[in-house]
Amino acid sequence: MGIIQPTSGKILFNGEDITALSITERARKGIAFGFQQPVTFKGLKVKDLLKIILNQVFECNECCTYLAKVGLCAKDYMDRPLDNKLSGGELKRIEIATVLARKAKLNIFDEPEAGIDLWSFDNLVNIFQQQSATNIIISHQHKIIAIADTVILLNNSKIERIGTPNEIMKLINTNKHCEKLGGAN
Amino acid sequence: MDKITLELLEKTSGLHDIPQGAYNIRKDGKLLARNCSTEIEIVSKPDKDGINIIIAPHTKNQSVHIPVVVTQGGLNDLVYNDFYIGDDCDVLIVAGCGIHNDSDQNSSHNGIHTFHIGKNSKVKYIEKHIGLGSNLAEKNLNPTTKILMNENSSFEMETVQLGGVNYADRRTDATLKANATLIINEKILTTEQQKALTNFTVKLVGDNSKVEVTSHSVAKNQSFQAFNSNIIGKAKCFGHVECDGIISDQAIINSTPKISAQDVNAMLVHEAAIGKISEDQIIKLMTLGLTQEQAEQQIISGFLS
Repeated sequence: MGIIQPTSGKILFNGEDITALSITERARKGIAFGFQQPVTFKGLKVKDLLKIILNQVFECNECCTYLAKVGLCAKDYMDRPLDNKLSGGELKRIEIATVLARKAKLNIFDEPEAGIDLWSFDNLVNIFQQQSATNIIISHQHKIIAIADTVILLNNSKIERIGTPNEIMKLINTNKHCEKLGGAN
Repeated sequence: MDKITLELLEKTSGLHDIPQGAYNIRKDGKLLARNCSTEIEIVSKPDKDGINIIIAPHTKNQSVHIPVVVTQGGLNDLVYNDFYIGDDCDVLIVAGCGIHNDSDQNSSHNGIHTFHIGKNSKVKYIEKHIGLGSNLAEKNLNPTTKILMNENSSFEMETVQLGGVNYADRRTDATLKANATLIINEKILTTEQQKALTNFTVKLVGDNSKVEVTSHSVAKNQSFQAFNSNIIGKAKCFGHVECDGIISDQAIINSTPKISAQDVNAMLVHEAAIGKISEDQIIKLMTLGLTQEQAEQQIISGFLS
């Protein structure tokens, strides 16, 4: 996403070299990012974030759709400040809704399962399956790994293996380096 | 009314024209317009500059607008406004002062407001301050608010100063009897070499009285702000002060929230935090496509909203 600049290599997005692009430029190219720990604000409300995303063309119905997808009622949440008065689970669902609202070509989710324990996990998996965009999901959860087309296994920041979910899960089950996976972490 | 007066009224009181209901508009130290209603009487003070606003008991869902505009340079306006709010009322009071000063002589407005709030009455008080015009001379605003709250009354005060004021010394003193609730929300933005001082003193003297003070301030450039609050609990009461400041450039914010519990059943809490805008917040908004500058603006306008 450009938050940390790479020390070597290139990042290509739809054939275009975006390595040197800033966070803003990457976002405008059509990349959305869901934080593992949603950022809280003092004063900014749920509707303010959605307004930014929808370019001030503010359609309540549209906002309802995205919030409903993550199991939240827009009426109850639009005017809520994005602060610590919201629970971790609520903040996480709003974070996912803001990624969906961006209608980006590529969505990057950093541990989307973290903190949504109160919400049906299956709904989250459904959301990923319904997306027409490409999703890159950083996850420790085998249920999420199972729905991927391709799984890249990272170990100590290095790519250890690229394969199908079946191939990678087999490797995980037999490799002691991978004991964190499978929901234990 | 001329364009400058209308602009100041709009910015301080949200008025586009003469308001509905009771009002008293003061311009350049003199009365411009006044209207009373059946329940709300406004009379000039016989002995000094200012007005008495007398709201009859049981007045509900009515509003009083008492904006002040200063459009002259070299004017040092001092006014005493006393509100007598009867029992069982529910009213909105909109004050505020706007100074437009293009001259090379300083202008100031010093509004001393005293509220006597009757039993079971509910008051919402909005006070906005703004300075406009060239930078040749200072625009200074020094509001003093005294709030005397009787049993079961509630007072919600919104005090806002969003730029253009060179010097402000804001003093608020309140005394709360049993079951009275006071809520104060303060929003202050200073830029350049502006100075804004805030002093709150709240005495909780009645059982189950409650005060919540929230101050959000943004200081940019070389501006200076000082926040002082003193909550004194003399009964079974609850007091909470939250003071948050955002600084940038060479600005300074001093925050001194003091709490004094003088009864074993007093529960008083203060929280204060000052810092620059958090990196995470900026990054989050940049991932939505905003530039760093736009992200900072959005965070500040949300913080001061």
